[in-house]
Amino acid sequence: MADRRRLDMGSVATHLVLSLGAVVMVFPFLWQALTALKSLAEVSRVPPTFLPDDWNWSSFDEVFTALPFREMLTNSVLATAGRTAGQLVFCSLAAYAFARLRFRGRDLLFGLFLSVLMVPSSLLVLPQYDIIQQFGLLNSTPALFLPGMFSAFGTFLLRQAFLALPKELEEAARIDGAGSFRIFWSIMLPLIRPALAALAVITAMTAWNDLLWPLVVNTDPETMPISAGLTSLKGQYETNYPVMMAGSLIASLPMLLVYVLLQRHFVQSVAFSGSKG
Amino acid sequence: MSLFPATAAAKAADRRVPKSAPRPASRGQRAAYGFIAPLGIGFAVFYFWPMIQTFYFSFTEFGPFGGHTWTGTDNYARVLRDVTVWQALGNTLIYCGVGLLALPLAIVVAALLNRRGLRGVAVYRALYFVPFVTLPVAVGLVWNWLYNGDFGLLNEILGWFGVDRHYWVSDPSTAVLAIGAVMVWSTTGYYLIIFMAGIKAIPRDYYEAAELDGAGPLRRFFTITLPLLSPTLFFASVICMIQSLQTFDLIYIMMGEKNPAVGDTQSVVGLFYKWAFIENAQGAAAALAFLLMLLIAGLTYLQFRLQRKWVHYG
Repeated sequence: MADRRRLDMGSVATHLVLSLGAVVMVFPFLWQALTALKSLAEVSRVPPTFLPDDWNWSSFDEVFTALPFREMLTNSVLATAGRTAGQLVFCSLAAYAFARLRFRGRDLLFGLFLSVLMVPSSLLVLPQYDIIQQFGLLNSTPALFLPGMFSAFGTFLLRQAFLALPKELEEAARIDGAGSFRIFWSIMLPLIRPALAALAVITAMTAWNDLLWPLVVNTDPETMPISAGLTSLKGQYETNYPVMMAGSLIASLPMLLVYVLLQRHFVQSVAFSGSKG
Repeated sequence: MSLFPATAAAKAADRRVPKSAPRPASRGQRAAYGFIAPLGIGFAVFYFWPMIQTFYFSFTEFGPFGGHTWTGTDNYARVLRDVTVWQALGNTLIYCGVGLLALPLAIVVAALLNRRGLRGVAVYRALYFVPFVTLPVAVGLVWNWLYNGDFGLLNEILGWFGVDRHYWVSDPSTAVLAIGAVMVWSTTGYYLIIFMAGIKAIPRDYYEAAELDGAGPLRRFFTITLPLLSPTLFFASVICMIQSLQTFDLIYIMMGEKNPAVGDTQSVVGLFYKWAFIENAQGAAAALAFLLMLLIAGLTYLQFRLQRKWVHYG
């Protein structure tokens, strides 16, 4: 009896510590939403009010009139979709060859591809900018996602998934006369769906959150994604926190929504990236 | 994890396939190159060629009307002589050091969540991960508001404990730490998931046996969890270091241009951005980027050397 009570006390203490941590993690977002709904006069009050005196939605309207926020959101969606689709296609094709086909120079090429992982992205930004400029794509949607469509991490992740599949599947199909692409497309690819989903969510998140690259290639507000758009909102509304909180809320909500819907895949992709060691 | 049933199985499969193909190019071989070609072309255009170009740029100076002239190692000399570089480097190392604090935090939370029969584990995990998913620019703005010297909530809360009002991000002596704290806050959830996956792989029997021998929770943490988690911890620390050495977003958004502490908080990548795209000093920027890569490679190598001393492979 005494032992069980001690256990329960331990549980309570654990929950207490964990909940305190959870509050620290989530409260800033609650404060963000509450601030967005207050008037500028109200947020400049000391001590601050917790709930808004009257619920004021005008900051949200102001965000959309101050900047082409609607276009920016669309740009972010397109950039995210392009980058994710590109990685799924290019990485799965290459990963399949590296995992399941034999060819001369395979290990050397794979090593070369993986070396991309080691290079900080800032090292590539200058020449990448020149290339995009030569293609005449500055201030365009493809500029946002073109280099990001090719990923060493994605190739590595999908290769691991392909390696784990049994060999017999392919052999049976090959005896039936199916070609390599057919085997890849209709047999192997459906089997690594969980890995594809994991890659898709992690890529989508990276694309949505990207800042340095968009700031460099798309300087025209109409072509900026929402991350870069928020930085110019900050420039315009240096001290108007309700407007900045409204803008940052709108900008982060789409990805949070994806997270809520596909949480399992987020967790799996992160857990995988940790099992490399 | 159900996603990758066994890395061991994958490694075994790796071994089954011969290292190099003995036969000359066949139809199957050509097909393989076809699979790789799209990614290979993309890598060549956007990664390998730019790598070579940056290396070349770092020995040249860009003219005001395009074109560039060979200047040898001038850019490197300029970078190494520049005080702002050393300051940015110092700041970056501080960010890296502070950022690494996310690891012990995440391990402690993961160990707490590992408590037998604990309810709500998935809920906690989901909540701790939210800051990592959130747009860094939005995170920066939210924390700017919390840190605000006049009306910020942080000063208000600290005021209850008698702490004086402070301008956290415009005072150079606290700005780096204030930004570093946000980095820790936003990455803890990421490492938490990595460590939870690592802890899950530790057999329950170990804990039960230790408990029968009378080992308390602290003892179990230090003699079972920590040593068996050390390979995961090693991997996480490598990732954390590489990421925080390249930090840019949070600083860029939290500092802005008018903040008096801009120079005191600038990271190496921040300085690179300024040189390359604002001050048009591309050659020096390329040299700086190259030195950053060498620094990352060097520190990663050092970590791999040191791991023998503390990482425990079961």
